[in-house]
Amino acid sequence: MRFGQAWIVTMKDFGVFRRKRYILYSLVALPLILAIFLPASIVLTASPGAIPPSVLSSLLGTELVIFIVLAAMLPSVIGAYSFIGEKVEKSLEPLLATPTTDSELLFGKSLAAFLPSMGATLAGGVLFMALVDGLTRGQLGYSLFPNWNAAVILLLAAPLACVLSVEFSVIVSSRVNDIRSAQQLGSLIILPLVAIFALGETAAFAIDPYHLLIVSGILLVADVALFFVSMATFQREEILTRWK
Amino acid sequence: MIEAQDLTKKFGNTTAVQGLNLNVREGEVFGFLGPNGAGKTTTVRMLCCLISKTSGDATVGGLRIGRREDQLKIRQMVGVLPENVGLYEDLTAYRNLDFYGQLYRCPPQQRRERIERLLRMLGLWERRGDLVGTYSKGMKQKVAIARSLVHDPQILFLDEPTANLDPESAKTVRDFIFELKKEKRTIFLNTHNLDEAQRVCDRIGILKTSLITVGSPEELRSSLWGRKTVIHLSSVSDAVLSAVRDLGVRNVEKVGDTRLIVDVGDPDRENPALVRAVVKAGGEVRFVTELRPTLEDIYLRLLKSGGSPA
Repeated sequence: MRFGQAWIVTMKDFGVFRRKRYILYSLVALPLILAIFLPASIVLTASPGAIPPSVLSSLLGTELVIFIVLAAMLPSVIGAYSFIGEKVEKSLEPLLATPTTDSELLFGKSLAAFLPSMGATLAGGVLFMALVDGLTRGQLGYSLFPNWNAAVILLLAAPLACVLSVEFSVIVSSRVNDIRSAQQLGSLIILPLVAIFALGETAAFAIDPYHLLIVSGILLVADVALFFVSMATFQREEILTRWK
Repeated sequence: MIEAQDLTKKFGNTTAVQGLNLNVREGEVFGFLGPNGAGKTTTVRMLCCLISKTSGDATVGGLRIGRREDQLKIRQMVGVLPENVGLYEDLTAYRNLDFYGQLYRCPPQQRRERIERLLRMLGLWERRGDLVGTYSKGMKQKVAIARSLVHDPQILFLDEPTANLDPESAKTVRDFIFELKKEKRTIFLNTHNLDEAQRVCDRIGILKTSLITVGSPEELRSSLWGRKTVIHLSSVSDAVLSAVRDLGVRNVEKVGDTRLIVDVGDPDRENPALVRAVVKAGGEVRFVTELRPTLEDIYLRLLKSGGSPA
């Protein structure tokens, strides 16, 4: 696979995304809301000292899991434009007629969905951690972040969830014809991740590096499985003759 | 330049193209005619290595479409204008072309020069910075044609290049095809437009799942229609009719009271005798013309009869 060919496709997609306000708003607004709203809702709504430091650190540590969900949510927005957009504009055939392999096209388009999603997720995560530290250092007497949980969540689980969502977008794109449907179907991928977040919030599931590594392992296995399915879906002939 | 031997494509139980044998010469404009669903687009897609063949084989520029290692080379060598323009409406015309130029690995300087040349030729240079979404249908079609040429291919596949265009835009596109023809490019033209095929193509193939016939417009006319002489008279009497029949012509048809249509093998040789016989039988000849069938006549006749594969 020639990375240069894939990168040309990625850069073209970035050019298209720049014109889509919905994508820009999603990339900026969602991480910003989560990064500000979550810590603020806990730290600022409770009266000082009302939450014991150990509970506060546990609550805020768990909140960071939402960035795994975010990493899976954003590609469903962008991926829909990346793949269905080509379908709607009927630009896949001329693209497939170029001397580019299926895997180069798939990789280029996947990268176009992955990079901004992960960039926004990481930026949101860093802002979240900075805000939490700023708001709780006095109360806790130490900086809660960065810690091992944050490292595993942002550097391992979130990228794996993001890849999973991109792959799912490819599969969804082969079956639907409009961007809204693709986004709705694509967002189904976040449900199991929301469940993990909810279990963590209710303390039914301990959010620690060990459990987060298990979640990452499961995501990795799912990534590998969906990789083969998405590769089988994104075949030149399949796209031209069977994509609905 | 393009050769197909027994090329066949099946989708499940449906045969889209059956046993296609074809030879398109270098520098030739080859027209592919056929009704909807005849297999024209499927043929182009096979020849451009977009879809696989079921059986048979074909070569494009000496490279085999069925060979994996040749497929990228074929796609690099050919330019394709699909039926749908498929441009990125949120990008400018220049960016659209530049993107494809990059994918075809054209060096930056050469890419810039080619894009400028093509957009100037098509009258779009001044609007190169506008989003394609703001263009008219005709302008988009021109950009799509420029896209198929951005890497300077010697072989072009044009699928319905003037479909849905207004007459003025269609003429611009047709004129551009003439320019390409002058540059000695090999052009494979799928079209529904018989008038266009007649004007632009050196040879024409008529397809209906299998190839019904192939030849130049003139060859198709003479081989499938023959040559016909029309004699316009004051009135066609029985004596005139029998005088013509007595000459042993293949077929004579009385049309109305004033016209005779006569099948002739060689008008130069047979027409003088024909006119002499008509005059001798008391016919008053007003004028004599040749009945030239349009490509549409031939096309419809072939499709109606089912034709026999070439």
